[in-house]
Amino acid sequence: MMLIPCPWCGRRDESEFHYGGQAGVAYPSDPSTLSDEQWAKYLFFRDNPKGAFRERWCHTAGCRRWFNLVRDTVTNEIHA
Amino acid sequence: MRAGHGGLVDRDRPLRFLFDGVEYQGFQGDTLASALLASGVRQVATSIRLGRPRGIFAAGVEEPNALVQIEEPFPEPMLPATTIELYDGLVARGLRGRGRLADRPDPARYDATHAHCDVLVIGAGPAGLAAASVAAASGARTIVVDDQPRLGGSLLGTGEQLDWVERVTAGLRAAPEVRVLTRTTAFGYYDDNHVIAVERRTGHLGAQAPAHLSRERIWRIRAGQVVLATGAHERSLAFSGNDLPGVMLAGAARTYLRRYGVRPGNRAVVLTGNDSAYAAARDLHAAGVEVAAIADLRPGGSAGWAELGIETLPGWAVAGVSGDDHVTGVTLRGPDGTERHVDADLLLVSGGWNPVGALYSQAGGRLVYDDALAAFRPDGHCRQALHVAGSASGAYQLGLCLSEGAAAGRSATRAAGFEPVEPAIPKIKEREVTPGLAVWMLDGDESTQFVDLQRDVTVADIARATGTGMRSVEHVKRYTTAGTAHDQGKTSGTLASGVVAELLGVDVGELGTTTFRPPYVPVSFAALAGRDRGMRFDPVRVTALHQWHEANGALFENVGQWKRPWYYPRDGEDMLTAVLRECRTAREDVAMMDASTLGKIDVQGADAGEFLDRLYTNMISTLKPGAIRYGVMCRPDGMVLDDGTVIRLTGTRFLVTTTTGNAAAILDWMEEWLQTEWPELRVRCTSVTEQWATVALVGPRSREVLAGIAPGLDVSKDGFPFMTWRDATVAGLDARVCRISFSGELAYEINVSWWDALTLWETLAALGITPYGTETMHVLRAEKGYPIIGQDTDGTVTPHDLGLGWAVSKKKADFLGKRSFSRAENSRADRKQLVGLLSDDGTLLTEGAALVVDRTSLGHVTSSYHSAALGRTFALGLVRGGRDLVGQTIWATLGDEPTPVTITGSVLYDPEGARRDG
Amino acid sequence: MAEQNSPLGGFRFPEGPVTIAEIPFLTQINIRKEPDSSLPLSAGTSSRSGDVDILWLGPDEWLAVGPPGGFTEHHWEGSVVDVSAQRTTISLRGPHVRDLLALGCATDLHPGVFGVGACVQTTLAHAPVIILRRESEFWVLVRASFATHLAGWLVDASREFAVEALP
Ligand SMILES: [Zn+2]
Repeated sequence: MMLIPCPWCGRRDESEFHYGGQAGVAYPSDPSTLSDEQWAKYLFFRDNPKGAFRERWCHTAGCRRWFNLVRDTVTNEIHA
Repeated sequence: MRAGHGGLVDRDRPLRFLFDGVEYQGFQGDTLASALLASGVRQVATSIRLGRPRGIFAAGVEEPNALVQIEEPFPEPMLPATTIELYDGLVARGLRGRGRLADRPDPARYDATHAHCDVLVIGAGPAGLAAASVAAASGARTIVVDDQPRLGGSLLGTGEQLDWVERVTAGLRAAPEVRVLTRTTAFGYYDDNHVIAVERRTGHLGAQAPAHLSRERIWRIRAGQVVLATGAHERSLAFSGNDLPGVMLAGAARTYLRRYGVRPGNRAVVLTGNDSAYAAARDLHAAGVEVAAIADLRPGGSAGWAELGIETLPGWAVAGVSGDDHVTGVTLRGPDGTERHVDADLLLVSGGWNPVGALYSQAGGRLVYDDALAAFRPDGHCRQALHVAGSASGAYQLGLCLSEGAAAGRSATRAAGFEPVEPAIPKIKEREVTPGLAVWMLDGDESTQFVDLQRDVTVADIARATGTGMRSVEHVKRYTTAGTAHDQGKTSGTLASGVVAELLGVDVGELGTTTFRPPYVPVSFAALAGRDRGMRFDPVRVTALHQWHEANGALFENVGQWKRPWYYPRDGEDMLTAVLRECRTAREDVAMMDASTLGKIDVQGADAGEFLDRLYTNMISTLKPGAIRYGVMCRPDGMVLDDGTVIRLTGTRFLVTTTTGNAAAILDWMEEWLQTEWPELRVRCTSVTEQWATVALVGPRSREVLAGIAPGLDVSKDGFPFMTWRDATVAGLDARVCRISFSGELAYEINVSWWDALTLWETLAALGITPYGTETMHVLRAEKGYPIIGQDTDGTVTPHDLGLGWAVSKKKADFLGKRSFSRAENSRADRKQLVGLLSDDGTLLTEGAALVVDRTSLGHVTSSYHSAALGRTFALGLVRGGRDLVGQTIWATLGDEPTPVTITGSVLYDPEGARRDG
Repeated sequence: MAEQNSPLGGFRFPEGPVTIAEIPFLTQINIRKEPDSSLPLSAGTSSRSGDVDILWLGPDEWLAVGPPGGFTEHHWEGSVVDVSAQRTTISLRGPHVRDLLALGCATDLHPGVFGVGACVQTTLAHAPVIILRRESEFWVLVRASFATHLAGWLVDASREFAVEALP
């Protein structure tokens, strides 16, 4: 079980957290201006790298804050 | 035979046990294996594939041969006799490969616990003890884990430095921040130094084990730093007849003598490729075992052991072993081919030593082949905060183990933020070491040259695998099953790699070893489950009225973690009768339901209306204080996420309800959008699910009943209209009453504090109001075509599919899901839509049944019930283009025979909505 | 006023080596606002003023806990919600309390890292809880619906400590 560094509570067991997928996928400012293809890209397409991945987590069993971190998907090492 | 003296067993405490039906005696401190050897038992088990006799080969957890089944006090399958501490009354028998599970429930407790430390030391041999003594003296929170009942590791088997072991043990046990876990095996090494161990707490007490203590305990240890001092396992060599009882690892024989005071034979021959077997030969010789000869595979023999007084034969090997069910003689072959037969009942073997790298490998470290060691050892570059010391790193001399251990203790302690203190470490005078030989197989009959004793895998089997073209040790492992047994190849893994390499003519290092995965030792499922079983497998959530429901005969349904009353059968009623009665009462009279499990979220702040407008498909901000609106939430992909009511308490405060199973998820959903996308909104959300208990009062007489217990409340149709709420005193309690209905009937939801719920409920019960459960609730709502999110929907259903298009705002510029509604996929006419289904012959359809026309599946049944109000069965289902198919026949699969079903609108009862106002 | 019923009012805690008891009907107010100096600002800490404990739950969230009927939503500023009945409080006393909690809680409660006044939101026996360390006891604040599960779990777990030593 990983230790996830909550920016508020510090390192806590992975089981206290909820995974939120790739970070930095912003909700489009005006979805109505997007083509179906652009909208589908927002909805369904995410990176799946081998190595460093910037992703979102929420400390659901603790302070309920969302935050981002960079995790190596091969080793589970967390950077930043 | 038991030696006249010596060993760490307590000869004043004899223990009686039964093995294969024969009674024997051992001593406190024995293992079953040492007691059997002391009693002269040579064959313990039978090999799984070939049925060959097998004896005791090793002295610890690495034992591949001596598998036994414990029968009493409680059946346990497949345990190595070397790991069973002897106790009085033990009944066991030897196995042929497979054990037998108990046919009765295990009465013992098992549990798990968590522990945290600065330094975790795994293995309490010389290196581990040296490391632990540094960490402990430095004040670091230290945990020491060792699989034996006492600390000392290999020193217990060699008899060296036992005074020091005792001193260190006493010091560790006395230190306030040190926890010593004996009989505990670390079997899993996971991310961020999360080490899982199993502690065998009471099994060694046999029938005397106290019932209140867990028999085994799983330790989940989070360590800042880990010292891996897991030692090394001696390995065998592949030669003909190397599986016969009486063939034993040299180090194991020394352990039986030194630790248990047992002579494992009378006349021994030693076969070795390294120096370590000489010490075993010396000790056994001194204890009265006649050591006939030492065949040293190295042409020059050993330089450091010249004065031994035992005949040593440099460059000699074993050509064969004689004996039917145990060793009676050994044929030795000299470098020039000369053969010589030696009578012996014991053949001690040392093919070298393998650092125990399983945990290091699990931790993400790599094992590399070391030519000087002729073994795989940790490469020293693991990403985890760990320090390998002693023979686990390939240091086989005691002095080196101690100094490496102390060094690892220092670096771990310093890395944990403590100034290391150096305690006294014994000084060892080392003997000159002649390097060991990397030798795997000797000449002979390959079909009796065993590589994996437990799987009966021979050199011939491996040759067959390489002969078919396999070049990877992983492939050979899977083909031959070498290394896949109960012992996970502890003594055979490296040997298998060596044999494969030799057969292929490649370098062992190049070939590599197989991957290690948890668990390092077999762990029982009972231990892994611990106390998380039965009613504690998952927390059971109950409402404030649970005890009343139980006392009044409710049967319960699991909804998420909640126990909800399902129905309340009266004397002699079956489920159908009870539910039809409850339904009739709600439709024709008045009935009540505990609706407290609904999720409730307090949403407040200046932008709360705007926030809810973005989350719900319909307009919420226009709701007036005092009013209520039904709302649907979608994900951005337009699929329904949840539904419920929104109550406007004040201009800036709302109370949102969610479905029972979704309460936590919806609160998380709200926080996600507020924190990650809309931080500018001034809104705060707080769960109040258990703050409020909710009682639904349903039926044409509900107004009259409410008026009776809420005299101050204007309950008239105009004074308290549908979809509004009022604060009121109900049954003398502060209450919030909502006029909402999930049944189509005149109905109220009365919310009071959790603390007041029972008073309210008992007041209503005293008035004779009939309670109903979730089954009736489902029937009533389905008759009205109200979907249940998660039952009538999955993640592919839009509000429009459900006929809830009226709840999707056309005015709002945007809300979650809006953009998706105009996607081509979401505008298709053949999307699955929620419709009513009436089987032609009145059969009750099966929920989940496929709905078929012309061999094409058009959808499935989502809800199916008997209806008192309709006087027949009915169902809801999702059907492709279903709303255009109303009136047509479709086929529902039911068992083998399809049943004709007529598609109807989804609202089957009171489609005009005439009953809502009573 | 009719009698009120706390979530564990009907639960019988047997006497044992760990003293387990419900402290019912405490006033609990959830406060969400921008931080200010009247509130504990460090994660995992609480402050005490008179008989009211204020627990840090998040960077903009606190829980004020006080005696029954001690105060109402109106005593506080910000987004304030009365959650008195949302959770009940279980008090644990005795030398084995930390060992007992460790059986179901992955959070480190060692006195060196979890001293008097420390609080943490975590899970205990798979139930979401808030644990508060007080001078001579631990408080476990548990959602009312989980209270019976947790109480049963604690009583069962505490059997472990009934006898000090193995034979
Ligand atoms: Zn946190």
